[in-house]
Amino acid sequence: MTTPDAASANTASDSINRPGPFFIKDCALVALATGRRARMLQEFRNEITQIDESSIYHHYWGGLLQARFEEREYNNDFAGWVRHGIHDAILAERLAALDPTDFLDLESLRHEIIELIDMRLDEYEGLLWMRATQQFEFIRSQIIVFDTAWCLQQPSELASAIEQFSTSSIFYHFIDARRRTLHRCDDFSDWLAGFGADFNTLREHIAGIDPYFGSLTELRAQLAHLFKTHFLKRDS
Amino acid sequence: MSFLDDYAQITGHDVIEHLRQLAAPFSGAKVVHVNSTRVGGGVAEILTKMIPLMQELGIDARWEVITGESQFFECTKGMHNTLQGNQIHLSDQLLAVYERTNAENAESLRELLTEADFVFIHDPQPAALLQHFPNRKGKWIWRCHIDASHPYRPVWKYLRKFISPYDASIFSLAAFAHELPNPIYLIPPSIDPLSDKNIELKHGAVQQVYEKYKLDPERPLVLQVSRFDRFKDPVGVIEAYKLAKKYLPSIQLVLAGGEATDDPEGSAVLSEVKEAAKGASDIHILLLPSDAHLEINALQRAADIVLQKSVREGFGLTVTEAMWKGKPVIGGDVGGIRLQVIDHHTGFLANTPEGVALRIRYLLYQTEKIHEMGEKARVFVRDNFLITRHLREYLALMVSLLYESQDRIELSGSSLNQEFRHF
Repeated sequence: MTTPDAASANTASDSINRPGPFFIKDCALVALATGRRARMLQEFRNEITQIDESSIYHHYWGGLLQARFEEREYNNDFAGWVRHGIHDAILAERLAALDPTDFLDLESLRHEIIELIDMRLDEYEGLLWMRATQQFEFIRSQIIVFDTAWCLQQPSELASAIEQFSTSSIFYHFIDARRRTLHRCDDFSDWLAGFGADFNTLREHIAGIDPYFGSLTELRAQLAHLFKTHFLKRDS
Repeated sequence: MSFLDDYAQITGHDVIEHLRQLAAPFSGAKVVHVNSTRVGGGVAEILTKMIPLMQELGIDARWEVITGESQFFECTKGMHNTLQGNQIHLSDQLLAVYERTNAENAESLRELLTEADFVFIHDPQPAALLQHFPNRKGKWIWRCHIDASHPYRPVWKYLRKFISPYDASIFSLAAFAHELPNPIYLIPPSIDPLSDKNIELKHGAVQQVYEKYKLDPERPLVLQVSRFDRFKDPVGVIEAYKLAKKYLPSIQLVLAGGEATDDPEGSAVLSEVKEAAKGASDIHILLLPSDAHLEINALQRAADIVLQKSVREGFGLTVTEAMWKGKPVIGGDVGGIRLQVIDHHTGFLANTPEGVALRIRYLLYQTEKIHEMGEKARVFVRDNFLITRHLREYLALMVSLLYESQDRIELSGSSLNQEFRHF
């Protein structure tokens, strides 16, 4: 790893066709109450029509950086509440199957969530009267992104550097990136794509890591294993 | 070695480096925390470590304690209880003492608080300070450590007028928060792994509590640490113990709580507990002084299973403490216990004495689960409920307040510095 100043100096002398350095960023998340709550599925549905996009972000993605347990049963808070608050396994499974990266933006995701709830309410009217055993608290979050003092010049540096990434930096580059990058992928894959077909296999392997179920520490370990194995093979 | 390095040994260096980066733009910033006591209670415990940690990160952090007469504390104790739902009338005379005391403290703290970049006011006691600082320079944040989800309305209405003008408020959980016109941040409390309550002990210390309280180290030990309060359901714990004891004759129960000398309800509950324990063997009811931190620490380490069978709970830091010591916790399915006890993973959530008994039997039958769940519990606390996470969220909040309603705050170190200089 080098510092950004050194990286800028090196970049100036590099070929213009090569991707620039990978600037390592970090982030912190701060959660805010929205004051919106739901105890019934219909009420929950109506709140989802009105909540801020940052609340959808929090309950699908942001929560991954908050206090959470490594072995999550569902990959988003909405599915978890429908299962354990409303006790409807069918809708919980359908909501869990939604992957935010499949949607153009959070607004499209919101519409799909509402669609799934409406469909389920049509299927089973009893859910209209079911009172949840725990109310759902809608939370929103603010993400604060800042520079670290480090960057990578070459893909091979990933092998040794990744273990030094903080877990929140892993969140930023591996999870949050899916909301920011053109191809809805992580930052590592996005950066490696700039080096041409050389790293296609590695990118496929990265895509094979499910970001939703492991802790961030585990994700870091998985990435470290992947990068080390890949670059060791390449060197030999 | 620095104070932060001590924490790095526990949390990992990446966590401390993250704090350094987040704190860098606040180098030299004046941050003042204000509460009403320097010793005793969770707030003082947190600030005892939070202040030096902030200072070591380069922040000019200070901790001020307001002073008052006995009537002031009588009033604020009443406020504390009413915010938790007790219906207690606070007389106009007591409320006048409250306002006068805040006004007097405002005078003695005027220069410091006017110039501060960030002021954290903890709990209701100093909440009325803000109105005396019309020319304040920085951001003022009200930190509520209490479960105020169902407050006694007249008192909440009275306090709300003092709290509403703050730039932000902080609650421990969304469920505890009350609607306010300012942004409400959610920051759970934390434990300090280096405090007497939680620090690693030598084997001899655990051995000593076995001897002192005549506990058998060879037999399973179940423990609940909490004051003798109906919300903690100590009688329910004894019922659960008796149910489990039928199947596990060797188990022992320790109920460790504070001495209830000045709390009439505490004394009544203690009598009920003693009555419930009559005739049952191996129940140890311990009345410990409020500073028996090392002894509580040793008891938690000695236990095989820790209970927190609350029927109402704030965050439940005794749960966090037990989990940090690698113990599975069987807890009531309420409040902050739900956030910590992940059912079937870090312990079990239970609703009845029968449910608690069932889980005690399960764990003492599948003893390997005690270690497996205990280890998961320890890691879960390390990643989420230590003071370093608490500090990180305070720093994040400070940044967030500078950018107000933006959902995504993209900073370079320099841009934040500029932002901060604009104060």
